[in-house]
Amino acid sequence: MWACVDGNEAAARVAHALSDVCAIYPITPASPMGELADAWSAAGRTNIWGQVPTVVQLQSEGGAAGALHGALQKGALATTFTASQGLLLMLPNMFKIAGELSPAVIHVAARTVATHALSIFGDHSDVMAARSTGWAMLCASSVQEAQDFALVSHATTLQSRVPFLHFFDGFRTSHEIDKIDVLSDDDLRALIDPEQVLDHRLRGMSPERPVLRGTAQNPDVFFQARESANPFYDAVAQHTQHAFDALADRTGRQYRLVDYVGEPDAERAIVVMGSASGAIRETIDELGKRGEKVGVAIIRLYRPFPTQALIEALPRTVQRIAVLDRTKEPGAPAEPLHLDVALALQEHWNGPMPLVIGGRYGLASKEFTPAHAAAIFAELAADQPKPRFTVGIVDDVTRLSIPPVADFRPKQRTTQCVFYGLGSDGTVGANKASIKILGAQPDLFAQGYFVYDSKKSGSVTVSHLRFGPDPITSTYLIDQADFVACHQFTLLHRMDILSSARHGATFLVNSPHSAEDMWGHLPGSVQQQILDKELQVYVIDAASVAKEVGLRGLINTVMQPCFFALVDVMDAEAAVRLMKEHVTKTHGRRGQHVVERNHAAIDSALAALHKMVVPSSVTNTETAGFHLPDAAPDFVRRVTAKMLAGEGDLLPVSALPVDGTFPTDTAKWEKRALADELPIWDADICIDCGKCALVCPHAAIRMKAYPEEALTDAPPTFPSKPYGGKDLPAGTRLTIQVAPDDCTGCSICVDVCPARSKTEVRHKSINMEPASQHRDTERVNYDFFLTLPEVDRSAVRHDTVKGSQLLQPLFEFSGACAGCGETPYLKLLTQQFGDRMIVANATGCSSIFGGNLPTTPWSVNAQGRGPAWNNSLFEDNAEFGLGMRLGADAQASEARALVRELAAEIGEDLASDLLTTQPSIDDEPAITEQRTRVERLRERLAPINDPRARSLEAVAEALVPLAVWIVGGDGWAYDIGFGGLDHVLSSGANVNVIVLDTEVYSNTGGQASKATPRGAAAKFASSGKATKKKDLGLLAQAYGDVYVAQIAIGANETQTVRALLEAAAYDGPSLVIAYSTCIAHGIDMATSMTHQKAAVASGYWPLYRFHPSPETGAHPFHLDSKKPTIPLHEFEQHETRYAALYRTEPERAAALEAQAQADIDERWNYYDQLAGVERTVVTEEQ
Amino acid sequence: MVDITTQYLGLTLRTPIIASPSPRTGNIADLVALEQAGVGAVVLPSLFEEELEAESLTLYERHERGAFTNPEATEYFPDLPYSHLGLDRHMTLLRDAVQELAVPVIGSINGRTPGGWVEYAQTMADAGAAAVELNMYDVVADPSRTADDVEAEYITLVTEVVDAVDVPVSVKLSPYFTSIANFARHVVDAGAQGLVLFNRFYQPDLDLQTLDITPRLELSHPSEMRLPLRWIAILRPQLPHTSLALTSGVHSAQDVLKALLAGSDAVMTTAAVLNHGPGIVRTMVDDMQAWLTDKEYVSVRQLQGSMAQHATSDPGAYERAQYQQVLASWRPVS
Repeated sequence: MWACVDGNEAAARVAHALSDVCAIYPITPASPMGELADAWSAAGRTNIWGQVPTVVQLQSEGGAAGALHGALQKGALATTFTASQGLLLMLPNMFKIAGELSPAVIHVAARTVATHALSIFGDHSDVMAARSTGWAMLCASSVQEAQDFALVSHATTLQSRVPFLHFFDGFRTSHEIDKIDVLSDDDLRALIDPEQVLDHRLRGMSPERPVLRGTAQNPDVFFQARESANPFYDAVAQHTQHAFDALADRTGRQYRLVDYVGEPDAERAIVVMGSASGAIRETIDELGKRGEKVGVAIIRLYRPFPTQALIEALPRTVQRIAVLDRTKEPGAPAEPLHLDVALALQEHWNGPMPLVIGGRYGLASKEFTPAHAAAIFAELAADQPKPRFTVGIVDDVTRLSIPPVADFRPKQRTTQCVFYGLGSDGTVGANKASIKILGAQPDLFAQGYFVYDSKKSGSVTVSHLRFGPDPITSTYLIDQADFVACHQFTLLHRMDILSSARHGATFLVNSPHSAEDMWGHLPGSVQQQILDKELQVYVIDAASVAKEVGLRGLINTVMQPCFFALVDVMDAEAAVRLMKEHVTKTHGRRGQHVVERNHAAIDSALAALHKMVVPSSVTNTETAGFHLPDAAPDFVRRVTAKMLAGEGDLLPVSALPVDGTFPTDTAKWEKRALADELPIWDADICIDCGKCALVCPHAAIRMKAYPEEALTDAPPTFPSKPYGGKDLPAGTRLTIQVAPDDCTGCSICVDVCPARSKTEVRHKSINMEPASQHRDTERVNYDFFLTLPEVDRSAVRHDTVKGSQLLQPLFEFSGACAGCGETPYLKLLTQQFGDRMIVANATGCSSIFGGNLPTTPWSVNAQGRGPAWNNSLFEDNAEFGLGMRLGADAQASEARALVRELAAEIGEDLASDLLTTQPSIDDEPAITEQRTRVERLRERLAPINDPRARSLEAVAEALVPLAVWIVGGDGWAYDIGFGGLDHVLSSGANVNVIVLDTEVYSNTGGQASKATPRGAAAKFASSGKATKKKDLGLLAQAYGDVYVAQIAIGANETQTVRALLEAAAYDGPSLVIAYSTCIAHGIDMATSMTHQKAAVASGYWPLYRFHPSPETGAHPFHLDSKKPTIPLHEFEQHETRYAALYRTEPERAAALEAQAQADIDERWNYYDQLAGVERTVVTEEQ
Repeated sequence: MVDITTQYLGLTLRTPIIASPSPRTGNIADLVALEQAGVGAVVLPSLFEEELEAESLTLYERHERGAFTNPEATEYFPDLPYSHLGLDRHMTLLRDAVQELAVPVIGSINGRTPGGWVEYAQTMADAGAAAVELNMYDVVADPSRTADDVEAEYITLVTEVVDAVDVPVSVKLSPYFTSIANFARHVVDAGAQGLVLFNRFYQPDLDLQTLDITPRLELSHPSEMRLPLRWIAILRPQLPHTSLALTSGVHSAQDVLKALLAGSDAVMTTAAVLNHGPGIVRTMVDDMQAWLTDKEYVSVRQLQGSMAQHATSDPGAYERAQYQQVLASWRPVS
């Protein structure tokens, strides 16, 4: 049976069918394997023994490996799925599992290990880090192989007792959709020896057969025992080949430990593992036709290294070999595969020793194309090939790189198509559907691969789709498309879309302009490309068609029929029928109206498709692409702008910082202009409350109060009103201003605005209006707004919503989802402490919208001060932040000691002031004075010729208070990082923790965490989470000396503002748990802030502050929300995560909701009692 | 014992009291309790096509909106099989009710599209509904639609549904037709076997605190019964072969008896059940029995229509006289 699946699904299906236990934890790009396993078991799918595998989520990959180990020791067949840091967390258990010769398989979507930066993309640095664990390693190069090798891994581990790490390239294989020949359950059974299954089960721990494993051994026997397993490793290669042969008997697909492809008398060869072999094979075909003697040896089994198979695979005629490694081991004499191959040849090659060179390629999914493969063969043919090289980049520092062979493109028998869309428009979904439709044709093969940018709002998607009569081996992006579709007209201005079109290609545009009018709206560069490449241009107003059939912006089923009609791959009627069938199959479960409307879209599309008569000349001068504002600084101009323009691949090595250090304050240069509607301020109605600015997730609504004279040069369109407060001088003016090119149009500001027109209530003080009518004016206004002076921070209250919103945010314009519930908290923190805070950020949404290049929202004030930010890992963030605190304290201690030592030189008075002044973090006037003293100190140190003066200069800034904020989501705080968080909270250290609690792992797509409440349907909890949410705040309160607050900015703004101030001011650990609405809740994000009121009113999210006090009889616990006034149901029914369960398992949903209501009632009762509890912090004095 | 059985839509009901659509007819436990308390039939909550549509599209959009926007999270929700969407829920309830109850189970529809009315009526009939009630509930605010347009559309719908199903069809009317009698006749001519008088609309209210519009349904007051009472009395002689059911303001046996006197074949109650629970029906039945016994009626059928317009000594009272009495009975506040 043939089916179109991606590599993750291909591997996971086999793993699930051959396991009793799947221990899972989410990590990109392996998460879908665990999600599928969970969903299959939830749906009752059985393994080949008729049992539904138990799928259990753990708190980390370390936990998953522990559970895997335990399951294996009980004699269960067990597996897990992971990547990158996750695999690294499994290493300790992997040593144990291998040491105990336990048959097991870990399926790895190989991904970069974080170094100077995190990358979610694919290379082999993770699996290479597992080489020493004693696991066999089998590498699949394609989706078909990901399935086949999954089976071979499960079969061979039982046969050999050596555990298997089965890996394939993250994203390129894990996320590529391909048509594969699906293994049947009988195929699986044919390769699994029941006797070996029984043997494994009987080795399991049992009081009926008591044994001792996991002993501690002394020097007398450990070494020998370690050697005792050698015969098992010696046999792995043979067992693996046997499994390959058995697979071939069943399927006809014959694999070898090392497969050789190419000329039998090749003189030059590449040795490689993974998906790059696809591009190399195409290259060899092409070069072979040109008479070149080239070939490739593809390593399948990497550990135990198949030395003999490699020697046998390589033609005797080979004279030069390039070994490619998709990893980097700095300082190693060569990369690991290179070393393995070199040693194998050294010891076993019979004949003249070939020249062996080694190259790195493809780190973090860097493209590897036939042009690169051809370059390697060319390098091998050079008089003196580089012994070490890189390919795919320009290395102008160590000059290791070799350039690609320009315009080298093997002839394709496929039709190649590229689609540009936005994440929200359904383009990717449509293309996935098209691949499945094409792949279902008996005479067609189809492949799809999808590229996303790093934004969560307004992200651009590029779909690469191939189809043709032969299996598709092209493991790289399309750059000469036969068909190019632009699903969003604005992208034609932002990107160079037509660079991927071949001459004579078909170009489909979703345009608000008609075929007759569109030419004049195209950038000149696009017009020129259409003329130069003689493109056939077709136009459809898909948005209008979608709107007419009631699909509101989802244009996938409008564009899809146009694609099928224009590529002419099948009969039009058949295409329509297949599209409709696919809609019915995939969307039928959402209800018949969805199906009907999508069917109507399919039926309406072609009538709205028109061919454009291309004019003969270019009429516009605009060049498509990213245009950087003139004021951008040098680094942004040289580096950031290239990335923003989609030309990051062209940046040479010298352009990049050597240690991963980048400037902040860069998001403001992007100017994405995403919003179709902008919030426009009506000064006449405004009551100065500041709520709009407070909740804006992107800091695109700003509020400033300034002297009237500052308006002297104001543009005539610039609105202002008298400032309504006595804290600033009379005559002060106030303006609420939108940043028109940074607003995402989420409209939350309008939703929260309490000020309405007296004569027309729908008109508020801030209203969404068409961007096309306001953008130009607001650009002028915003530019002027930026020139207005910032408010005197000492003149306004920081503990009120209004006061806080007059302070400059130093977190702006993030790429978070429109309506994100996390970002308002971070923005507020920077308004309060931005010039004196450093941030330890756990991996997750906040590290992606905070630190994913090209830009960062963390910014600086006019003095150049702002938050310094760093991300260590997912699991260690609390400890990372504690380390920052310890470092800062050590520096402060050193600085004070040096001030004391140098008191005479710098002046006794200044030294005394510096030493005796230790302002609280929230005492801004005192901090300002201390900064002045430090500046004076620097002035006095400068002329002092004493090494201690230099030392003091280096640490002098530590005399100014510093806030350490530890930021992360619930996946970190409740699960993977909880142990560390708990330890840090117990330390008494002055750190501040804010947990942006979305109640799921948002960044990886909404998997359940221990913060997920009872009854919520989430990935890994498809049937609704059966257990209640962990009460993290209560656990922290147990220490007695930890400040704890639970806040919800949309429910009680003032409590939020005050809690953050109190947390920072508290001289000890503080924990703030912030309710963060999220796209994964399935709510109307435009109302995400006001929706929080229902969360609090129902008792779902009680608000409180636990403020430890040394005073006798103190009542530290203060409930800030009232007794619940609405039932839980009234809150939950508006959220898809809860409502969904009512539509799948209504009785279970009702039961879980009843329990959840009881949870709430019980918790409220408990909290109510806590409010009366006396508790006193024991201090050193006591 | 007085014979309190009645004929409604060709069905024999053991009592003339029907539980009309409400949350109490939306679950099996309450339906069984209503049956045990003595209802003659139940009408399940209306299937609102607009609600089904909104539910389906909202789920679709919330699944699709976040999907495929970044490489780490291609989707944000598990791919759940929504086997209990609105239509499924309605049909499950209907099938379960038919299975569990001995009394007739009547399905109710409020369609939005012509196809929707017909399709859902067929689905209900196939699921075992004893009859289908068309809950014609539409606020016509479009000034370009004339009364003729609206009435013609309704008549077409009735015709299509009647043609499509083999169970009796009743139509629940709004009281806001200019000529109710005329329209009622057209509905009957189109094939409806019964009329339910009248629908009560959700009426918007204004929240003075938030300045928002808040849709609100107040439970009926007994005084509201007088409007349908009048029209039952008027229509009874005009439509002698059509089943008539009165709804709105029925809170007690006295109200039931008045409705029957005016000519109702059956009487529907919601508010009393919501206020007092299913057990109120038993009280109403017992009180009705007592009154009938006391008045020496032998059957409800004797009572039915005995005060309809044609049967009263003052037929004009239903058309004008009560207005004069109300004026005459007015007294200035002292």
